[in-house]
Amino acid sequence: MMHLLQQEVPLSLYLLLSAVLFSLGIMGFLIKRNLITVFMSIELMLNAVNLSFVTFAHHWHAVKGQIFVFFVMMVAAAEAAVGLAIIIAVFRARATLAVDRIDLMKL
Amino acid sequence: MHLILFLLFAALCLAGAVNLLFQTHPINSALSLIVVMTSLAVLYLLLGAEFLAAAQVIVYAGAIMVLFTFVVMLLNAGREERTLGSRASWAVGFPAVAVMLAILATVVLHIQGLGGASFGDNLSSQPGETNLDQLSQVLFTNLLLPFEVTSVLILVAILGAVALARHTEPERTGSK
Repeated sequence: MMHLLQQEVPLSLYLLLSAVLFSLGIMGFLIKRNLITVFMSIELMLNAVNLSFVTFAHHWHAVKGQIFVFFVMMVAAAEAAVGLAIIIAVFRARATLAVDRIDLMKL
Repeated sequence: MHLILFLLFAALCLAGAVNLLFQTHPINSALSLIVVMTSLAVLYLLLGAEFLAAAQVIVYAGAIMVLFTFVVMLLNAGREERTLGSRASWAVGFPAVAVMLAILATVVLHIQGLGGASFGDNLSSQPGETNLDQLSQVLFTNLLLPFEVTSVLILVAILGAVALARHTEPERTGSK
């Protein structure tokens, strides 16, 4: 039991978790049919990449990876504000959130 | 301790992400995304990124997700109707995701000398220097210009959001 308490976690597990989360984000992007949840999948992908950054920052003992995550967070906040404003504008114009019916630019 | 915490919160993270996919109501998806982000904050803490863990909870799980739930409620988004989606996403998208995940997993599991993380890790080699010390040292000296440019980006985003979401009523402009 003491051995289990002091065992260290290989960083590849963190990277694997990040890859799985990113794939789940892409799956959500493809599966979901609601504009807001599609947008949430993008946030999930951003979070997965952030986990990779923090893992590599830990590996190289470099704080710059963490600073990059900080900037990603700021950009994600700006992106969420603008994206949700666009969603509100789309909803006002089309009165729907279903991505199948927002197809004006589709071939 | 580290292993137990990692397994616990990685499982919570994956469960939240899978739940996001299978929920049909957007508010349930938003709540499971909050679970994912909060568990990620714990993982950041385990990797010695205390400031980012706090920022993750405040910015992501707090501000951004409040914005999401606010929009879900404002637009009264109901259950999504499940359709099959486009043929391209089934023919190209899902196989591509599977291949990408397989490649990433094999590469990640075969990297040599990646090392491990143990409990109470800190990036710093000097005693007494915290993660916040290091981060602010670099952020406010070497990277001061990008940091200030980010504030302009946020300002532009605020103005853009207001301009996009404002209700323009051209027929009532003269009545005021």
